[in-house]
Amino acid sequence: MLDMFVQMFSYGFMRRAIIVGVLVALCAALLGVTLVLKRYSMIGDGLSHVGFGALCVALAMNVAPLAVSVPVVIISAFLLLRVSDTGKIKGDAAIALISSTSLAVGILVTSMTTGLNSDVNGYMFGSILAMSSTDVIISIVLSVAVLVLYFVFYNKIFAVTFDESFAAATGTRTGMYNTLIALLTAITVVIGMRIMGAMLISSLVIFPALTAMRVCNTFRKVVVTSAVISVVCFFAGLFISFVFSMPAGASVVAVNAVMFAIFSLVGMIKRKVS
Amino acid sequence: MQLLKCENIHMNYDSTKAVNGVSFSVDEGDFLCIVGENGAGKSTLLKGILGLQKISEGRVIFNGIKKSEIGYLPQRTQVQKDFPAAVKEVVLSGRIGRRGKLFYSAEDRQIAAENMETMKISDIRNKSFNELSGGQQQRVLLARALCATDRLLLLDEPTAGLDPFVTEDMYRLIEHLNLEHGVTVIMVTHDIKSAVKYANKILCMEHDGDFFGTTQEYLDTPAAKRILGGDGNA
Repeated sequence: MLDMFVQMFSYGFMRRAIIVGVLVALCAALLGVTLVLKRYSMIGDGLSHVGFGALCVALAMNVAPLAVSVPVVIISAFLLLRVSDTGKIKGDAAIALISSTSLAVGILVTSMTTGLNSDVNGYMFGSILAMSSTDVIISIVLSVAVLVLYFVFYNKIFAVTFDESFAAATGTRTGMYNTLIALLTAITVVIGMRIMGAMLISSLVIFPALTAMRVCNTFRKVVVTSAVISVVCFFAGLFISFVFSMPAGASVVAVNAVMFAIFSLVGMIKRKVS
Repeated sequence: MQLLKCENIHMNYDSTKAVNGVSFSVDEGDFLCIVGENGAGKSTLLKGILGLQKISEGRVIFNGIKKSEIGYLPQRTQVQKDFPAAVKEVVLSGRIGRRGKLFYSAEDRQIAAENMETMKISDIRNKSFNELSGGQQQRVLLARALCATDRLLLLDEPTAGLDPFVTEDMYRLIEHLNLEHGVTVIMVTHDIKSAVKYANKILCMEHDGDFFGTTQEYLDTPAAKRILGGDGNA
């Protein structure tokens, strides 16, 4: 077991996947608490499909994937938020429209150029080989920015999540913070989907928060627990995928699902006892 | 001293008229109840005063009080029903409004603790908001509103969904804040009987015209006599 561990760290691509993955898992878990509580869970899912479309287009045009997908996904995040707040089409329906359209565009563009090759397969289901060292640097910078912004605005984010009208009434610019949350989510999704895959990245946002909420009953505890769960699950998932040669994204999701089941059970017992 | 004055406020809600030329004023120390039919625009008016919704015509004048010095108790939302937050976290978040402020100071924590004491919720400060009863939740939200201000509270149906005993309790608590702590209160309510019992001023919003005046004046109007069965001094 320890041998496998050491071996895992000896590969450059694994080290890169671990560094980026742990940072993304952390960002996703923190943002996930707010997104789940605000009933915005599906935004993460919608954005990942937009990200897939953008990556396919980038591949076809032969430009750096992150350079295309980061701005595209950020713009979509703003649109989704705007639509779900004010639009005539309800939030979840709007997200379904945008995500399936982006997926379709991605598939069309690919079939016209390279065809559904292994790169596209990697975008769909994730690949630990995906990260080049430039990607790693960009990912580290972006995720550290997400983490710093989250900590700086933690109290504001709590106030806006718990009660938007109260926060607005007492002078907090809620629109700005909603935009910030959407921006941070967009960045996290784009970085994370390279390893986790477009189909699976949203679970990284939703699972840890929901798992933590089974047991914890204060906001701070939920946030901290969610972050810890997310990192542990990512690490465990990656290790399993390495040992048994299984896809990384799917392994991480599977571990998260098991963790959710365990916490649900603990939560049930805890409630019975008290 | 006059604290707040609304002149001929008009507001729209989804392009239909919600508030139609409402005028009233509140002096320091007043307890104003806003009563009236469903859909008469009571909550909308509160949101207009707070700047949460646009006023299409008329104006709100604040005298010697800043907009950020208003404590607001909105109607409870769906999100809050299963929100994992400790009572003390919720109360402390009342201090967030101060401009440019990102972290809470020792003074903020002190003020939050005092307000939890006033609302008699210090013993449940570590409990989760979603485990509390309706009455306890409203006390928590009231304590949070007090963290934003000690001068003017805007309460949107604070007794909605509470049983009669808890409702009575809530009114006494608000009266206590008004009389002992000198907090000016503007409160939207459906409960006209309690409104005339506790408030010194009444704003009654009806589709066919508004009434604004002291509680005694309101009791003499035909509408009040009709609703309260002529026995206005109950």
